[in-house]
Amino acid sequence: MSVLQSSSPNGLSKKLRFSPQRVVLRALLLGASLLVVPGDLIAQVDGQAVYDQWCAGCHGEDGAGAGPAANTMLPRPRDFTLALYQVRTTSSGELPTDADILKVINEGMPGTAMPGWEEVLTEAERLALVDYLKTFSRFFQGDPPTPLDFGRATSGGEDAIARGEEVYQSVECWRCHGQEGRGDGESAPTLNDDTGFPIFAADLTENWRFNGGGEVEEIYRVLRTGLDGTPMATFSDIVDAGVITNEDLWSLAHYVRSLSPEEEPSVEEVVTAQLLTDTPLPQTVEDVVWEEAERFYVPLSGQIVVQPRWFNPRVDAVWVQAVHDGQELALLVSWGDPSESPDTLWTDFGGQVVTTMGSDDEGAATGSGTADQLVVQFPQQLSEGQERPYFLQGDTRNPTYTWTWQSDIAGAFESIARGMGTAARQPDSEQHVRATAQHADGQWKVLFVRPLDTGSAEDLALTAGQAVPMAFQAWDGDNGESGSQGAVSTWYFLVLGQPTPVAVYVAPPVALALTLLFGLLVVRQAQVGSGMWREPDATARAKRAAKRKQLAGMGVGVIWLGMAFGSYQNSRAGWEAGHADLGFWWAIIGGLLAIAGLGALIGTWIHTRTSK
Amino acid sequence: MIERFSGLRNTVLLVSVFVIAGCGGGDGGGGDAGAADAAPAESPVDAATAGNVSGMVTFSGTAPMMAEINMGSEATCASKHSTTPTEEGFVGGENGGLANVFVYVKEGLESLSFPTPTAAVVLNQDGCVYRPHVLGAQVGQDITLRNSDGLLHNINASPTENRGFNVSQPVNMDTNRSFPVAEVMVPVRCDVHGWMMSYIGVLDHPYFAVSDSDGSVSLDGLPPGDYVIEAWHEQLGTMTSNVTVTTGGTAEISFEFTEAMAGSPVPMGEPIDLLHPDGHQAVDY
Ligand SMILES: [Cu+2]
Repeated sequence: MSVLQSSSPNGLSKKLRFSPQRVVLRALLLGASLLVVPGDLIAQVDGQAVYDQWCAGCHGEDGAGAGPAANTMLPRPRDFTLALYQVRTTSSGELPTDADILKVINEGMPGTAMPGWEEVLTEAERLALVDYLKTFSRFFQGDPPTPLDFGRATSGGEDAIARGEEVYQSVECWRCHGQEGRGDGESAPTLNDDTGFPIFAADLTENWRFNGGGEVEEIYRVLRTGLDGTPMATFSDIVDAGVITNEDLWSLAHYVRSLSPEEEPSVEEVVTAQLLTDTPLPQTVEDVVWEEAERFYVPLSGQIVVQPRWFNPRVDAVWVQAVHDGQELALLVSWGDPSESPDTLWTDFGGQVVTTMGSDDEGAATGSGTADQLVVQFPQQLSEGQERPYFLQGDTRNPTYTWTWQSDIAGAFESIARGMGTAARQPDSEQHVRATAQHADGQWKVLFVRPLDTGSAEDLALTAGQAVPMAFQAWDGDNGESGSQGAVSTWYFLVLGQPTPVAVYVAPPVALALTLLFGLLVVRQAQVGSGMWREPDATARAKRAAKRKQLAGMGVGVIWLGMAFGSYQNSRAGWEAGHADLGFWWAIIGGLLAIAGLGALIGTWIHTRTSK
Repeated sequence: MIERFSGLRNTVLLVSVFVIAGCGGGDGGGGDAGAADAAPAESPVDAATAGNVSGMVTFSGTAPMMAEINMGSEATCASKHSTTPTEEGFVGGENGGLANVFVYVKEGLESLSFPTPTAAVVLNQDGCVYRPHVLGAQVGQDITLRNSDGLLHNINASPTENRGFNVSQPVNMDTNRSFPVAEVMVPVRCDVHGWMMSYIGVLDHPYFAVSDSDGSVSLDGLPPGDYVIEAWHEQLGTMTSNVTVTTGGTAEISFEFTEAMAGSPVPMGEPIDLLHPDGHQAVDY
């Protein structure tokens, strides 16, 4: 029982949380492993050997967080000699429990370079690691820490979220995390961790990147314990002092959770631009069309192929929405960025980032303060077989055609690039892309509009129904990013929704009528065969009739199946053109036709067998 | 450990009071013994023979310019300052005096032990600056972290010998913390206001002081004997001085920091000895 209390809810992975039986089972297993394994298995596992093999590359053999790979990481790997652990179930300043350390080893630290090791190392190895990590600091020689009692989560819901928003305001979370939670608060540019490295206030709209976990119980735990070694302080004292209630703190956790999507966004390979038929194409980032248009999540990572490389990209993802009206495409790209670079409030921060990253690459940035930038990249020409240019702005053989937006110039421009950093701006007479941008509450929204066909052979023409490769690159100037030092995505596809063919509307009644007609014909034929046209020889007559029936039955079956296939095609066309209702009804018709067709074939076959 | 469980500690205290009271009710002798155990030991110093250390901390050379603090949107704090506040890494005083120097007995008291004061020292956040900027406390003594600004501060202490803490204070309130191990100095910062810095010297005896705005400083009530006195400045490093305190006498000290000392290493706690993790000893400042 004590194991269950001390390990729940934070020691459990999120997928198990909702199953009480599994929670109990897991707690028992965890308890058993903690109680039984150490004496038994750990003796056979050399924690130091595991550490030296898997951990020392980043954390250093001496545990001080300065392994050979540490220079490319921000936040830096944990310095175990300080015994400062962010993810704990204990008070601010207390040591973590063994289960706390194990949780981070198992699950990793989202949003950092620390992966989870649950699938890589055996349980005995991971437990031996916990013991070994503790040898790096004498602080662990004292009494083991006592985990806090977090109680149970309150029920949440709209009222809790509303109350949580009030608490967010009154305890002033916005000072670092910003009014909308995107890590753009006024204190954000001056934040350092305990070892003096610059550190970002978490973007609370991306809970899958929270250190210590993004679910309500985990957020509450961080509010209670703080994240030691970072500016994130404990809020336990204000509950103890009666400034807010414990329920208020839970409400705050519910509110923070509500700032992120219900599920971590999935990555779709195809970005669909819906065809607008009765709405004008949006010309601003605030157009109501964007409230309805589907959002596609495109993760980005640091450009670490071409020198100078960049290991600390600020923009971890962009959200893409697209619509068109048959004449022009409107593409809205949104992403979190705390500042409108260059912003003098952030210049020092970016300078610190650049210094911390300490790149030896030739041409690496030496300071910050350039503009923010976004590049949307397409192949210059579509090749047969969907061969795509090199994802880093193509090469000489296979160039890319790009739209570039920068925060320090109005609009956007088109270029042709033959490799990272080689983009050559097209002449002014050949510029066709327009852009408007807005920065608010730590978020950029940039809207690109371009004719589907610019009439220029240099520009990729967009055709409805055709899948066009598309990729994104983003730079945060105030994070010291420029040139090849930025964030990049892989290739995605942009597909423009097609106008719904007239056939989609006309065909269903026609098909129904035809089906009915065929049915009638078959019945009539059968009646003709059995009575109206008499064969002198009764046996021959019966044979002939049976043969005719058989042929008619099979014919009808095949025709109906063919029509079912046609319906399926129509259904797909309907869905893809964004007419879900038509797609649905065609699917129903197709299904019925398929059943009828199969029924006719099987019925005929059975009838033929039995009559023999 | 550091007192983070003030509630728990109070409960324990309360329980022990009840236990003692209960004992007292049943058996007067037992109760008295318990009370005697719980009471702090008397000061080991004979006031009749004690002497003092007194003197000046000065600075010679060109005083570094301290940047003005841009309190920007923090109107509440800005309005508390009659002149534009500046950063406090170097505060010079009258006649070459140097303020905010932590002066303390580093050696010479090893054979004595001192009771923990019951009164707390206060680290006040007032006008988005720490008052005082440099503070001394005894081991185990409550340090009251006070928010007088009514807006969010966090008190982020990063000691080396002790465990740290990082406490949010979004309203006017007091929070108590203490350090169980002597350490000179514990840096304290506010992450909300990047300019807010403070240093706490934690000692296992009461002989410490912070130089005032004209650089004067004194350590009173020291038992006669030989001492090493250290002066610590956050930008200029440390200086030490040997003094002899005679019965009832006042030993003069003088610390002259110079411009050339700018950039000297500034000790901040003691490094943790990785090679001898077992060898951690009671701090012998
Ligand atoms: Cu503050």
